Amino acid sequence: MLLGPALAVSAVLFALGVAGVLVRRNAIVIFMCVELMLNAVNLTFIALAQTLGVAGQIFVFFVMAVAAAEAAVGLAIILAMFRHGRTVNLQNITLLKG
Amino acid sequence: MPATLLLFWAFAGLAVVSAALCITRRNPIASALWLVVTMFQIAALFVLLDAQFIAVLQVLVYAGAIMVLFLFVIMLLNLGRGGASDMRGPAGLAVATLLAGALGVQLFIVARSTPPGPSLPVTSPLAAAEQVEGMVGVVANPLFTTYLVPFEITSILLLAAIVGAVVLAKRQL
Repeated sequence: MLLGPALAVSAVLFALGVAGVLVRRNAIVIFMCVELMLNAVNLTFIALAQTLGVAGQIFVFFVMAVAAAEAAVGLAIILAMFRHGRTVNLQNITLLKG
Repeated sequence: MPATLLLFWAFAGLAVVSAALCITRRNPIASALWLVVTMFQIAALFVLLDAQFIAVLQVLVYAGAIMVLFLFVIMLLNLGRGGASDMRGPAGLAVATLLAGALGVQLFIVARSTPPGPSLPVTSPLAAAEQVEGMVGVVANPLFTTYLVPFEITSILLLAAIVGAVVLAKRQL
């Protein structure tokens, strides 16, 4: 069975996504790293669905729907931010700083 | 089984390498294209894990739709020139590596440990069900019976996302 290797790979992919979020400053790249983390979790669901029944695959279906909605709204927010400050670098977005 | 395992590790290795390239490229477009490569490798892993329908969805929805949206926004904002690196400095890099490494080790240990409760079955019931119902039917039947209400609620979520995206991206209300 591929359950053990699949869980290990998904752990590595999730950690890489977290590293990307912590390392980068470009809002769009950070957003892409969040998608990478969602993909790693999907891999966990699929690996467990192979032995525990098809419910995991259906949950992945819903995760994909939420990810699509999140991408549409998130990119619209980034677009609005860029229009406001002409930058997507998170260091230059300091609206909440007193 | 060894052939399956060999294919699995080949695709997994490619996925990890392209994910690492995705988070280190300076150009956002290169980053997005490496993420597309990662998603294709993950789709291949889905096929090896008896989830062919979800693998097709992964290619269509993630690699096809969501990443095109990302590339579209990157090109719309004219960020593909590269320019100065947006990576954090050495201190931030060290902290990020430390935190992500600690998380990765923890997840790895959890994934390697035996779960509590009854032990998992050794045979795969999913592959047998796919022989009877077909690859799509095995997902579609529970989706439209047991999970019908969540499926309908998803349509409300997508409607809210459409309205939200239009409102946010509009120049003036």
